[in-house]
Amino acid sequence: MNFEFFFNNLPELTITGLAFGAIYALIALGYTMVYGVLQLINFAHSEVFMYGTFATLWTVIALNAADANGVKLIAILIVALFASMALSALIALALERVAYRRLIERDAPRLIALISAIGASFVLAELMGLRDRIAGWFGLDDDLSEYVGKARINNSMAGTLEKPRFDVGGVSISSIDIIVIVAAVGMMVLLDQFVRRSRLGKGIRATAQDPETASLMGVNPTRTIQVTFLIGGLMAGVAAFLYMLKIDTTKYDVGFLLGVKAFTAAVLGGIGNLRGALLGGLVLGVAENWGQALFGGEWRDVIAFVLLVLILLVRPTGLLGESLGKARA
Amino acid sequence: MNIGFRDKLTGLPKPVRILLWILLALFAYALPLLELPIISTPGVDFGGVLFTVTIYCLVALGLNIVVGYAGLLDLGYVGFYAIGAYTVGILTSFHANWPLLLAIPVAVVAAMISGVILGAPTLRVRGDYLAIVTLGFGEIIRLTAVNLEWLGDARGIKNIAKPPNIGDEKTGLFEIPHLLWGDGTVLVDTEHPTKFLVFGYIDQVPYYWMGLTAVIIVLIADILIKSSRVGRAWEATREDEDAAELMGVPTFKFKLLAFSTGAFVGGLAGALYASRQGFINPLSFLLLYSILFLAAVVVGGQGNRWGVLLGAILVAYLPQRFREFDDFRVLAFGAALVLLATLRPEGLIPPRRTVRAKQLEQELDELEQGTDEGEEAARV
Repeated sequence: MNFEFFFNNLPELTITGLAFGAIYALIALGYTMVYGVLQLINFAHSEVFMYGTFATLWTVIALNAADANGVKLIAILIVALFASMALSALIALALERVAYRRLIERDAPRLIALISAIGASFVLAELMGLRDRIAGWFGLDDDLSEYVGKARINNSMAGTLEKPRFDVGGVSISSIDIIVIVAAVGMMVLLDQFVRRSRLGKGIRATAQDPETASLMGVNPTRTIQVTFLIGGLMAGVAAFLYMLKIDTTKYDVGFLLGVKAFTAAVLGGIGNLRGALLGGLVLGVAENWGQALFGGEWRDVIAFVLLVLILLVRPTGLLGESLGKARA
Repeated sequence: MNIGFRDKLTGLPKPVRILLWILLALFAYALPLLELPIISTPGVDFGGVLFTVTIYCLVALGLNIVVGYAGLLDLGYVGFYAIGAYTVGILTSFHANWPLLLAIPVAVVAAMISGVILGAPTLRVRGDYLAIVTLGFGEIIRLTAVNLEWLGDARGIKNIAKPPNIGDEKTGLFEIPHLLWGDGTVLVDTEHPTKFLVFGYIDQVPYYWMGLTAVIIVLIADILIKSSRVGRAWEATREDEDAAELMGVPTFKFKLLAFSTGAFVGGLAGALYASRQGFINPLSFLLLYSILFLAAVVVGGQGNRWGVLLGAILVAYLPQRFREFDDFRVLAFGAALVLLATLRPEGLIPPRRTVRAKQLEQELDELEQGTDEGEEAARV
């Protein structure tokens, strides 16, 4: 136990933890919304996120961000953000179409949908991990080597961005952490308001509460499910972009652990509950970072799961309870 | 079609049925000696592959009790498997020098106790939360093994005891020749016989026999438990917990029993695996394996013991058989899962109850023509 280090660096640890937590929270949204509407664990959501990180990376390479600065760099980053959101949303929609729709229509047992999602997750991750081979079939692997090379190891965009730190009252803060936290929380607030106020949001909530009655009232269930996946994908795209800003590296299997963490965050806050996802993500991020400082980095993931078990013992439906549609038995 | 097969089977007189089962068992025991073409795995030792298949069968039977019978979604089953393997590793090599036959019961009991310890607080948590809690448990077990030097950290444990030999180490009690398949001819290969019963390093067949024996014992126990009061209580709990409780079934107790029975079998599989391997490290207990185990159960048909056995055989055997597609194995496996889920949502061999429920539902639908079909589809 390293209490001295912990207390000396408490503010820094908290802020980095919040930044991680914000990314968890954005990914957790995808899990929580799909769960709220369909009561399905969308296991492949982690891959949706992973494709977003690659969209960011590829845009940065293609637009040569390493040589850019100032306004041009910001413009490139915005393009990267949109590319990431677009690809993630596309993958999420394709996922709904291929892995879920027929099962949902036939009202298949829920576990089989989980298996289908696991299968889809393997396929998506492996397609990315074998992209050099697949490009090779078309004879493109030389032309695209910047994009498809190093298919099974870390791909990095480190050095593209300067990450200035500044001092606030003797505490050194990374500007990226602040950007990540502000952007993530902003997106969450926007989404929360969207689901609360807009027509589509009402449709989502109604379907979550009672799909049959909702469809009688004129809500198209298939479309609502599509919108849910679309929103989850967009948020995962934002998360992927912010993740790349902070970490710089990605890999074909980067989604797996992050997905597990994000799902943990969703459950922690109360699955099906948007604000719960935010709270759960932030709590998880901070707890991990504090725990890492106290017990050492190798215990980081253990802390996350122990925390989850403890909280579920005290509050069996998560911190804020489940409530995308309010009151579900 | 498979219902017809079932009816035919139960229609036979009892002695014939018993004879058929014995023949099937004998065939299973003889499988690695026959070295049948097509089935045998080129490039990998067939006995070793078959042993892996038996381990998956054990795990699938154990997990089927938890997921199929009691309806508890367990995503961390590999944790129990790891506890079984590590207990054997510690007791026979790392911290003590016990004989394997003494260590296996301890390992199994350790896994069972861990099942109770995990289950007692968490089984009150509802369905999907249980999934994530068990997933966390599996990861905690693995990460603890990685981080604790007492458990051999990332390097793992070496020199785990092998099962004791029967007969002389050089020759065994007697030697059994294998078959050799040429072009249209079958030869008896006396050059590389399997020694009965020597657990060595090269010949994996005796391990397969050990694994197969364990599978058969667990299978018989499974049949007995399922048709007893306990099995019915599990099913009642799965179908409707509140109703079961009202009918006087102490659901929590039975869920805990299912959980620890599953852990028991998982621990046994882990212990056997460790003793065959002789070496374990945390990489043998990744979360991926929990998922593979679950895939075996669900793809085969959760709740049907023959279905999950088929699922286990497919999940363990197919990747070994098609090794030549090495890099694309996981991709193909994933695609197969999606396809199977879409084409056969009830599993390859669904339990009879599910099939009957579906037929009934279809008849009802036909009677109620005009109502929206599929709307009332009962979830099974």
